[in-house]
Amino acid sequence: MTTLTNTRTDAAVDTGVLPIVAAIAAGVFLIYFTGFAQASQYHDSAHDTRHTLAFPCH
Amino acid sequence: MTARIFTSALFAGLVAGLIAVLLQWSLMENLILEGEEYETGNKSHFGGVLVINDALEAAGEPTAVEAEEPEDLFSRFSLAFFAVFVTFVGWALMMVAGFAMAERVGQRIRVKDALLWGIAGFAAIHIMPGIGLPPELPGTPAADLEERQLWWLTTALFSILAFALMAYGRKPIYIIIGIALLIAPHIIGAPHMDGYAGVAPPDLAGEYVARSYAVAFIDWVVLGLAAGYFWNRGAVSKAA
Repeated sequence: MTTLTNTRTDAAVDTGVLPIVAAIAAGVFLIYFTGFAQASQYHDSAHDTRHTLAFPCH
Repeated sequence: MTARIFTSALFAGLVAGLIAVLLQWSLMENLILEGEEYETGNKSHFGGVLVINDALEAAGEPTAVEAEEPEDLFSRFSLAFFAVFVTFVGWALMMVAGFAMAERVGQRIRVKDALLWGIAGFAAIHIMPGIGLPPELPGTPAADLEERQLWWLTTALFSILAFALMAYGRKPIYIIIGIALLIAPHIIGAPHMDGYAGVAPPDLAGEYVARSYAVAFIDWVVLGLAAGYFWNRGAVSKAA
């Protein structure tokens, strides 16, 4: 276990926080439109998916 | 790193989305359409007796909604196709961002770890919010939408944080904080109506809920495995 955790040094150097934040923001953005946006075109397009995946709907 | 996060999330989201859309089409859409028969008043079931309301039509009264034409169903199922893919690419982006965060603090995420992340995702997104807001067949009246969305988001977010702290926190205090985060939204309680006003047969609604959980579980297991696979593949190709 300890040997594995020591092999990550090169990854830690070039890993910025920015891409992580960007990925989370992009994910939230997509889920907002499919799961939450109430404008009727989003609601109607995603209706069956919202129900299947148990997002609060109607 | 940016490319590794976004490409592995995209591939994982597409794989999970493919499974999810096949399951939605084969297991859920028929129940949703059946539920809408009751929502629109084409069918009713009072007293345990199924009534198909053709009599109204014969008497010249306007029926609520006509059955959907095949081309309407085609466009409806196509829209579901896109909505499912977008949803799972969205979840995949967040999960892989989590992998990258874990790696920054020295936790390597292998495929078997990613499988656990998928199961934890299912628990955080479906099981925990589902305690207060279970999956609903279309046509089930419920409390104010914005209040439900707020409670759902809070519960999902708290549950994700709780599982992360409990799995990766290195002190016992994190377990206690995690348990508190898991319980807090349920002490506040989800917004609910005073009574039950669903128009579909309870057996149909029950079947729907059971399948919804089963479908979501399979979707999330696939998402976890796929995200772990593509994430590690990215690491290998980078090293090469």
